[in-house]
Amino acid sequence: MLTTRIIPCLDVRGGRVVKGVRFAGLRDAGDPAELAAEYERQGADELVMLDVSATLEERRTAAETVARLRAVLSVPLTVGGGVGGVGDAARLLEAGADKVGVNSAAVRDPELVARLSERFGAQCVVVAIDAARRAEGGWRVLVRSGSEATELDATGWARRCGELGAGEVLLTSWDRDGTRAGYDLELLRAVSGAVRVPVIASGGAAHAAHMSEAIEAGADAVLAASIFHDGQETVGSIKRALAEHGVRVRLREGGGRERKEQRR
Amino acid sequence: MAFGDEGAARGLGGLEVTIIATGVANVASVRSAFERLGVRTRLSAAPQDAARAPLVVLPGVGSFGAAMAALRGAGLAGPLAARIGEGRPTLAICLGLQLLAASSEESPGAEGLGVIAGRVTRFRGGARVPHMGWNVVRPAEGGTRVEAGEAYYANSFKLDDGPEGWAVSTSEYGERFVAAVERGDVLACQFHPELSGEWGLRLIGRWLATSARRAEGRVAAC
Repeated sequence: MLTTRIIPCLDVRGGRVVKGVRFAGLRDAGDPAELAAEYERQGADELVMLDVSATLEERRTAAETVARLRAVLSVPLTVGGGVGGVGDAARLLEAGADKVGVNSAAVRDPELVARLSERFGAQCVVVAIDAARRAEGGWRVLVRSGSEATELDATGWARRCGELGAGEVLLTSWDRDGTRAGYDLELLRAVSGAVRVPVIASGGAAHAAHMSEAIEAGADAVLAASIFHDGQETVGSIKRALAEHGVRVRLREGGGRERKEQRR
Repeated sequence: MAFGDEGAARGLGGLEVTIIATGVANVASVRSAFERLGVRTRLSAAPQDAARAPLVVLPGVGSFGAAMAALRGAGLAGPLAARIGEGRPTLAICLGLQLLAASSEESPGAEGLGVIAGRVTRFRGGARVPHMGWNVVRPAEGGTRVEAGEAYYANSFKLDDGPEGWAVSTSEYGERFVAAVERGDVLACQFHPELSGEWGLRLIGRWLATSARRAEGRVAAC
């Protein structure tokens, strides 16, 4: 049986991990490779690195950061942020990413999802969708790190991406991002019901109960950033709590190495 | 990292693996895993390497048809089929396992290496595809390199049944499918050992250790 994945997310800018609320007010949260190695030790099933560079200068360092992460990781790494075409994706994969996330560029040019899928395989292509609640109901897709609203309906867009060859949907609730108010469960239900590919829930997690709710709402994996960076929770503590809730997770083999390394 | 030391302690230092690189598959993670074990890696698309290199890795990402076209185009299909047929040290990963079959539902008409029997089909039923994440592996009976644990998968297609004469480990996702097959020094995995944490690194380490010992003639061939 497949286990539910717990995925720490590193928002990286200019070689440092940052984190904000609703994609703004970024503050420093540490060195990407150190954090990545620590999360793998804690039992992370996978890592996501989102390049949130604001300048070209910062963006140039992204591939180096990917290579640094690859050198310390023996679990999968998804890299997104600023992927504009097949060439960008190829560079990130070459640097050590296992999957690439694509967001704004896919909204501009949906066929990009098909081209990436043909070239690298569906399992390599993660479509990241930033969704914001509409006053009149439903969710609209935001692009450019949440700064620009589109008229695209998030559920319909997710379905279309699956048809175009996406292998996974990384679904972030803009309303909940960084707020620790819990995932947007209605959004999760709507999108996971609309697609056949796995859905990663993102935005709003504060503790294991939020994750358990998200999984019940249809998430195949749950992503979180702030709660891990702040040391409020570890991946291990979240997994043990989820297991008590009856969620199937990959538990560390006795946790022996974790303890050994702490003693050193 | 501790794994380099671990690799050296197991006597893996000084080894070199040849990774078949036709430009279709992404090999960064595979290289990184071997390097963490203290093993050198070399990329090659030369038929003489596929035929004679002591340790060969056949990674596979992308489609069955595209991967086979790339192998044939480079003259690699024959040498690879021969070394796998003879049980010489070869590690095939993900699509690499499926390429051992004669054909796949993914690319009708495309001819595989044809060294194992069995059908490669898409996951059916209500399960989400791709099959993505960590799944439980049930090792083959009779003791093999694969131990019980969880491995990382990212696949939409799979081998339905293990071929006769091979040790077959399995996983379940709506249905039972082949997780890994082993014969001689050939280990073909549907999961990604290079992305399966410590469990995966230990598996790679065991494949290297048994393959290298046999290559040096310290262990009688079985």
